[in-house]
Amino acid sequence: MSLDFKPELGDFFKDETFRDDFTFKNSPAAIARFPFPFDRDDYMYSVNMEPHISGRPGSVFEKTFDVDEHYVSEMIDRAKVLAEDPLRCQSLPHMTLAGWDLLELIMDSNARDYPQWFSLHKNGNQWHWINRPLGIDHKFTFLDESTLPYGPMEYITRQTQGDFSLQDERDGNLWMDAGMITTQADWSLDFDVGMNFMEWHAPVPLAHEKQVFDRALKFLLKLQNGSPVRRFNWTMTVNPLLDTAPETYPKWGPTKASLTQDNLGSKQHLRVELQALFRLPRSNAIAFSIRAYLGKFEELVTMPKWGRRLHRVLRDIHPDIAAYKGFARNQPAMVEWLAKYDDGKPTSPGWWPTPE
Amino acid sequence: MSKTIFPPSIKSRPVYATLEPRPGNAHVVIADGEGAEALADLLAKAPDRAAMLAQMHILYAPGPTGTDQWAAVQTLGAAQSYRAPTIAAMLPRLTKVVSEAHMGTQFYLTGTEGLIGQAEREIMMTGLPFAAIQKEHRGSTLRRVQCVHCKGITENVALDPFVCSHCGLSLYVRDHYSRRIAAFQGVNIDAEDPGLVPAAVERFK
Repeated sequence: MSLDFKPELGDFFKDETFRDDFTFKNSPAAIARFPFPFDRDDYMYSVNMEPHISGRPGSVFEKTFDVDEHYVSEMIDRAKVLAEDPLRCQSLPHMTLAGWDLLELIMDSNARDYPQWFSLHKNGNQWHWINRPLGIDHKFTFLDESTLPYGPMEYITRQTQGDFSLQDERDGNLWMDAGMITTQADWSLDFDVGMNFMEWHAPVPLAHEKQVFDRALKFLLKLQNGSPVRRFNWTMTVNPLLDTAPETYPKWGPTKASLTQDNLGSKQHLRVELQALFRLPRSNAIAFSIRAYLGKFEELVTMPKWGRRLHRVLRDIHPDIAAYKGFARNQPAMVEWLAKYDDGKPTSPGWWPTPE
Repeated sequence: MSKTIFPPSIKSRPVYATLEPRPGNAHVVIADGEGAEALADLLAKAPDRAAMLAQMHILYAPGPTGTDQWAAVQTLGAAQSYRAPTIAAMLPRLTKVVSEAHMGTQFYLTGTEGLIGQAEREIMMTGLPFAAIQKEHRGSTLRRVQCVHCKGITENVALDPFVCSHCGLSLYVRDHYSRRIAAFQGVNIDAEDPGLVPAAVERFK
């Protein structure tokens, strides 16, 4: 049993790379729906959570799990990361049921939201899953691990864009006891697995003092099945490298020193994480999806409002946040590059590109 | 509070208190180096010192800077006293003692963070209740650090940055601690500018 892909790209999915020659880019349609994370001209940490309900048609908020033009290539990249380092996917022994919960949530959602790509037929616990973009047609027994080539969490997240972690709830805390983490903004699942909510957020500056994590934890412990929530996070990445792992930092770290005013527009990416949290029905665990979107600076400034706003946010950001997010050394160069797209005009509230 | 004064630190770092005698049907003490002094203080507070010693099993190793108070430990007169030359040598016996412990056993961990962390990990893997474990830091603040790149653990780190004893990269010690690994995190300091390694500072003693 294995999970060999037989991709069918069709007209929608792109054949591109997130490593080596870095051929990734966004189509004009993908730029127009990019989840630009700044709803105003400045930024500070906050508990910015809202219900994860269906949003504007065509936006990344429309479906429960957004599947976009980068899907097939992202899944091929994930398979390469896991072949190089299997420790990027871990599940402590008590988390298998939560993995089945996650598998069900994703299969149900995607078969409902994208019938042209995914099908799920259930006859009791005999399930038949078809994933057309990746060329997978698989019959298995729900809740029977021996009928899948991987554990349930690994099986489904090898077919789903974005990182996932599964949090067990006990002692009034959330414990990150499983995860598939290959598109992370420089944090290590292997180091953090088994930590509680306060422990894994420990290195984040400023937010602890603002009680952000105390309030966020209280909020999440009340999360109900069927009422998921979402929030944004963001950082900066040089080259369209999804896998900015601490494990491989010596390989990709030097690229931070490669920016010039001439290449910055194509090499520097705003990395946005659309994070969603789901209470799972059987295990009572919480699934946390962390979906990364990469946007080149030269793509983002095609929306005049975003060009103005990104310039102002980066110019005025708290230095501790720039340092924690790892772009302090390139902040002056980014601000210089973006300045020519900021004519000083006011921007409209909210993150949509229009009205300006 | 702990007798060791730590600088303000971060949320994943363990917080240490002072050992207090608790009622129990067995008392397992796991200590290294200056932890022997915390054990003496613990016994001085015991309502019935002789009874506590009669139910006590001490596992002791010298500290990473050479402090060896085995002579004092031995003369306490616990039911069982054992000296290991190093923490690594202690672990097989510790594993057996922990796996055979019954509910009602009290654990007292004292000494360096490396000793406390590794002993706590062994105890928690058995599923024994967290509340039965007390921890008091004494002595050296040398750190046990895992290289996030090669996963190798370097014991007794004093300098920051330091050279990973497994892969040879220059690492800085991040204030991020994993109880599962019982180690701090080490991250390559010259990844972005290879060769530019700042002078090492003695941060931990």
